[in-house]
Amino acid sequence: MKICVLVKQVPDAAVAKRIDPSTSRLDRSGETNLNPFDTHAIEAAMQLKEGGAIAVEEVVAVTMGPENAVRALHKAVSLGADRSVHLCDDGLVGSDVAATGYALAKVLEREKPDLVLLGQQSDDGECYTIGAVVADHLQMPSLTQVIKIDVEDGNLRCERQAEYGYDTVSVQIPAVISVGDAINEPRYPSLKAIMGAKKKPLDALGSADAGIDAAMVGADGSRVSCGDFKSPPAKGSGTIIEDEDTNETVEKIVAWLDERKLI
Amino acid sequence: MSATATATTISLDPLDFLNVRSLLSDEERLVQETVRNYVRDRVTPFIGAAYEAGEPLAHLPLELGELNLLGMHLEGYGCAGASAVAYGIACMELEAGDSGVRSFCSVQGSLAMYAIWAFGSEEQKQRWLPEMAAGRAIGCFGLTEPDAGSNPAGMRTHARRDGDDWILNGSKMWITNGSVAEIAVVWARTDEGVRGFLVPAGTPGFAAPVMHGKLSLRASITSELTFDDVRLPADAVLPGVSSLRGPLSCLNEARYGIVWGAAGAARACYEAALDYSINRKQFDKPIAGFQLTQKKLSEMAVAVNTSTLLALHLGRLKDQGILRTEHVSIGKMHNVRAALEVARSARSVLGANGITLEYPVMRHANNLESVFTYEGTDEMHTLIVGQAVTGLSAFA
Ligand SMILES: Cc1cc2nc3c(=O)[nH]c(=O)nc-3n(C[C@H](O)[C@H](O)[C@H](O)COP(=O)(O)OP(=O)(O)OC[C@H]3O[C@@H](n4cnc5c(N)ncnc54)[C@H](O)[C@@H]3O)c2cc1C
Repeated sequence: MKICVLVKQVPDAAVAKRIDPSTSRLDRSGETNLNPFDTHAIEAAMQLKEGGAIAVEEVVAVTMGPENAVRALHKAVSLGADRSVHLCDDGLVGSDVAATGYALAKVLEREKPDLVLLGQQSDDGECYTIGAVVADHLQMPSLTQVIKIDVEDGNLRCERQAEYGYDTVSVQIPAVISVGDAINEPRYPSLKAIMGAKKKPLDALGSADAGIDAAMVGADGSRVSCGDFKSPPAKGSGTIIEDEDTNETVEKIVAWLDERKLI
Repeated sequence: MSATATATTISLDPLDFLNVRSLLSDEERLVQETVRNYVRDRVTPFIGAAYEAGEPLAHLPLELGELNLLGMHLEGYGCAGASAVAYGIACMELEAGDSGVRSFCSVQGSLAMYAIWAFGSEEQKQRWLPEMAAGRAIGCFGLTEPDAGSNPAGMRTHARRDGDDWILNGSKMWITNGSVAEIAVVWARTDEGVRGFLVPAGTPGFAAPVMHGKLSLRASITSELTFDDVRLPADAVLPGVSSLRGPLSCLNEARYGIVWGAAGAARACYEAALDYSINRKQFDKPIAGFQLTQKKLSEMAVAVNTSTLLALHLGRLKDQGILRTEHVSIGKMHNVRAALEVARSARSVLGANGITLEYPVMRHANNLESVFTYEGTDEMHTLIVGQAVTGLSAFA
């Protein structure tokens, strides 16, 4: 089987996020990194490959993003993916979630994966929806927020994080599965893997190569338009309760929550 | 003045003030991120207790081997063949955790493995390097003796031929990893000059007792090596060298790593002091808001950044093949001194907490006392630079 893992280059978690007033979009000029959730998706793919319950011939990392998104792919292959695909085209700039999902689905159609894995959310957009959009285009079942994947009679038995506990769902492949960070502990890339990353095949595609309809992507092809973005208001100083007597402290916290009708 | 002269839109990272990261390749950044995360997960949570117990972290050798960090700058035989800069970055991140961890890596990769890699026979390399790179075999490097420290030419340990065999006698002191090593690289005088011998643990007549009572590098094992008529086969000798050039070239490799490592220890102390000073309130405000504290923090920032830049410069020279021993001496002198000052200053910022193992600063400060002394004392490097700039030797 072939697994494609969708990955994204996002602002590094250590960088304070800020809206660029000139574009009203997230400022992406600072340090960037592979979306942390995607490292869990790659690890999930590697564990399926190494687990042996199902034969995985290839793990392919796929991204759509600007030139520097190549770094996300290098990291993805250093974490174990066999090769990578980079969809990069000026016409894609400004794509919303639906347009991005469509474009990625077009790339995936070329790859014909048996399983698509991705992180449940990206550290920047936090939309949680790309997986569902991609699945819809590919006409595959979609599962989100998955925290465990087991192979069972050729199907995948997944645990899906629910509000209370988790749901157990069996899904037939091909399928699109987005994973939560509780699913595994991603490995550290070894030095040899880091040094070998640039030697693994990387396909660079433009929109035309992937058969993407230019009218369906980019700012014009997107139905969501960004209006007035603002940074969240600065947090107030909060109330500090000194813990002198724990019973009293608990009472104070309960009273505080009660006042605000939070319990 | 042009509008691009200063960029106020680029945010300032207090932990990488001069944006040294922008000088690193993507690959080098990924090495840094990986080792930093490893240290955060696998060293920092355990190192205080290990230090107090005076024991090394037992999980390190195999894990460092899996990450390919042992002998990482060597080519072939299971080693990664990384650049000097990548190797330096790894040393920096490891020593931000603890100097003992970096010492383990230095001794394994730059001293023991390098000696075999540079001067060993093909059989010796095949036998030892892959096992050592994987962390399955630990190595040590015995040069210093009770009566020969800064002046290794004064060594007494000696080997004489007996038929095809060698008979080794003498003792070594202050040998990192000695008691846990499967293979000791031992330097001894012979009729043919100073030669290196591979002495496996358990060879009759060879003992490696732990040295106790250290107040520095407590999470690293330091040992004595004693050789009492140790009989070694002909193929125990490293064929490639028969002078002090052998051990000295190994030391040069390791010192280069120390230049980076010291910058890492300094950074860790600075980070701890910065964080503490912002959260600790006295006289109703964070102590970071007092001018005297800010002076300390600013000086730490200057020291950490200049040290890192210096290390990176030496690394780039090394990768171009134009790094000289004297360059490394400047690096070791500057960066270890700077790190010691940062550590002591950070210690004062943390007040009483600064003397505990709860925080990393006193541990680093104590460790750096060893770093100041080993791999050529600060004085030796001063004399090396002094001789280079004057043309006059002041060693003896
Ligand atoms: C924790 C630790 C681990 C070590 N690990 C190893 C190891 O793995 N392998 C190994 O071989 N060695 C190791 N060493 C030994 C280390 O390299 C020596 O301690 C170092 O070379 C200094 O030697 P010494 O301690 O004998 O000091 P000495 O040489 O006796 O020096 C004492 C003082 O005199 C000064 N001095 C000496 N000569 C002169 C001079 N001509 N002019 C001015 N000042 C001078 C020195 O700079 C120093 O300040 C380790 C040491 C420590 C502390």
